[in-house]
Amino acid sequence: MKILVCITHVPDTTSRIAFKDDNTKFDDTGVQFIIGPYDDYALARAVELKDELNASITALHVGGAEADPTIRKALAIGADNAIRVNTPAEDSLNVAQQIAAVARQQNYDLILMGRESIDFNGGQVHGMVGALLDIPSISPVMELKIENRTAKMVREIEGGKEHVEVSLPLVAGCQEPIAEWKIPNMRGIMSARSKPLEVLEPVAADVQTASIKFELPPAKGAIKLVDADNVEELVNLLKNEAKVI
Amino acid sequence: MSVLVFVEGDNGKIKQSSQEAVSYAAAMQQSPVVAVALGSYSQDELAALGRNGADKVLHASDQQLDQGVIQAYASVLSLAMDSTGASTMVLARSSLADAVAARVSVMINGSLASNVIELPDQSDGFRVKRSIYTGKAFELVELLAARRVLTVKKNSVQLKEDGPSAAVEVFNPELNQEDFKASITATEKATGEVLLPEADIVVSGGRGLKGPENWYLIEELAAALGAATGCSKPVSDMEWRPHHEHVGQTGIKVSPSLYIAIGISGAIQHLAGVNSSKVIVVINKDPEAPFFKAADYGIVGDAFDVVPKLTAAINSLKS
Ligand SMILES: Cc1cc2nc3c(=O)[nH]c(=O)nc-3n(C[C@H](O)[C@H](O)[C@H](O)COP(=O)(O)OP(=O)(O)OC[C@H]3O[C@@H](n4cnc5c(N)ncnc54)[C@H](O)[C@@H]3O)c2cc1C
Repeated sequence: MKILVCITHVPDTTSRIAFKDDNTKFDDTGVQFIIGPYDDYALARAVELKDELNASITALHVGGAEADPTIRKALAIGADNAIRVNTPAEDSLNVAQQIAAVARQQNYDLILMGRESIDFNGGQVHGMVGALLDIPSISPVMELKIENRTAKMVREIEGGKEHVEVSLPLVAGCQEPIAEWKIPNMRGIMSARSKPLEVLEPVAADVQTASIKFELPPAKGAIKLVDADNVEELVNLLKNEAKVI
Repeated sequence: MSVLVFVEGDNGKIKQSSQEAVSYAAAMQQSPVVAVALGSYSQDELAALGRNGADKVLHASDQQLDQGVIQAYASVLSLAMDSTGASTMVLARSSLADAVAARVSVMINGSLASNVIELPDQSDGFRVKRSIYTGKAFELVELLAARRVLTVKKNSVQLKEDGPSAAVEVFNPELNQEDFKASITATEKATGEVLLPEADIVVSGGRGLKGPENWYLIEELAAALGAATGCSKPVSDMEWRPHHEHVGQTGIKVSPSLYIAIGISGAIQHLAGVNSSKVIVVINKDPEAPFFKAADYGIVGDAFDVVPKLTAAINSLKS
């Protein structure tokens, strides 16, 4: 059983978002980067399945060498080896094509990743990889079990959940509560240093979108505080000023 | 060039978000606007999409499509793109539409933009504005391919409701059984609730409510407002509330007209899921709670005291 876990290298969820170069580039000054929280869930579930199914886990990242510490963290958490495809992540399709190229070589049974990245929030890569490999893609997956090469999943839908079964191979976009985030222990951190991190050159890929400019939302106006003994005033403001009720 | 819109239903009723997607396509000023519905619907329900701006509705009525099987939906929608010669496909964001859109974009060799929040600028190429960094920023992106797929966020366009009724045409392409490898074995769904991502008003509770037994406070206020109920992450982690109510960075992102947060501190990860709400009201007993900095209106007070009074005041306004 071979599991591929695709990880993003993204600003920590508490980062202040700012742009530079005439709002065409993300300003990473002072920003700490982490494994995307959704990818972290996917990785955590893969580590559990590894023990259960005697599986091997490859962590894959598409991007530059600045992500190597993030990839090492995935190795410390429990991936056995890692691959970095050395090309800037131009757009979702480009990333998906790189992932599909690696997957075609290696025949993974299960390709896991987060339901979306928390920088560009595309939420597209799992579906694209599924279409490129012509295998099922399911997202957002909040429970995943493997029984006799069948994946039994729970998918979140509006107002509830859906139970889905499909035989492997499969691409799944993961979210909580699929597993609890795992914190690497000392042994994991030590062994991660010697686990293989292979750097591959990219395959030729399409770029179907071009990022033109970034923009920050307008600042919020000052808050209006209403006295706790005067809820009628709040109702009045919501009705006659904000006009939302 | 025609614009295709995937419309989604809930128990045979077209969702409000899909009606918005049709309005979005109509506002693009390209014609005709063709809606595509998959599975069982009444003729009247589909013809009514004309009000939202559809010129025509294609209905793929095969019962196999009653369930939202991602691969099968992607194939049928790709075929609809080919057979209508449409250049753009619009989908309202949803759990199903997000998963389907990505596959369609590959199958038609098109450009995809997700999380779109405004009408496209078609004056020079085709540019759209999308929400990124979980609502903390926006990106202007140019779609380079000849065909495009857009997934649109709630409240991106004014709902149109004055169009004439639309013609409904049968569209029954041959289904590929390979596309039904994934089988949906069961669905668990709350009934009679306002769906969180669809809701125009959301009332959310946090750890400040102390326990699930106090959720009647949230539910009664929500009922008075016709609102959906949400919660913070620890509340769903502790299973006080179901996971599909969890709002924020790692949960549902909402963009209602009104978001009311009760007993929620306003951690940056929670704000990430609500920052595109039009109006935010915060009720918290701690005047220093960070949520007050992100809100339009606030009450510093104890939820157990303030919320019942607020519910009563709303009820008396409505009666
Ligand atoms: C990677 C990551 C992702 C995360 N994603 C999310 C996410 O998606 N969504 C999310 O919500 N959180 C998320 N979190 C957690 C987040 O950081 C906060 O811990 C969480 O939002 C706090 O929930 P809370 O406000 O309900 O609880 P608390 O922070 O405990 O706040 C409770 C609030 O209730 C108030 N209160 C107490 N009693 C009363 C009373 N009687 N009346 C009125 N007010 C009262 C208190 O003053 C306090 O402000 C994430 C964290 C991380 C690290």
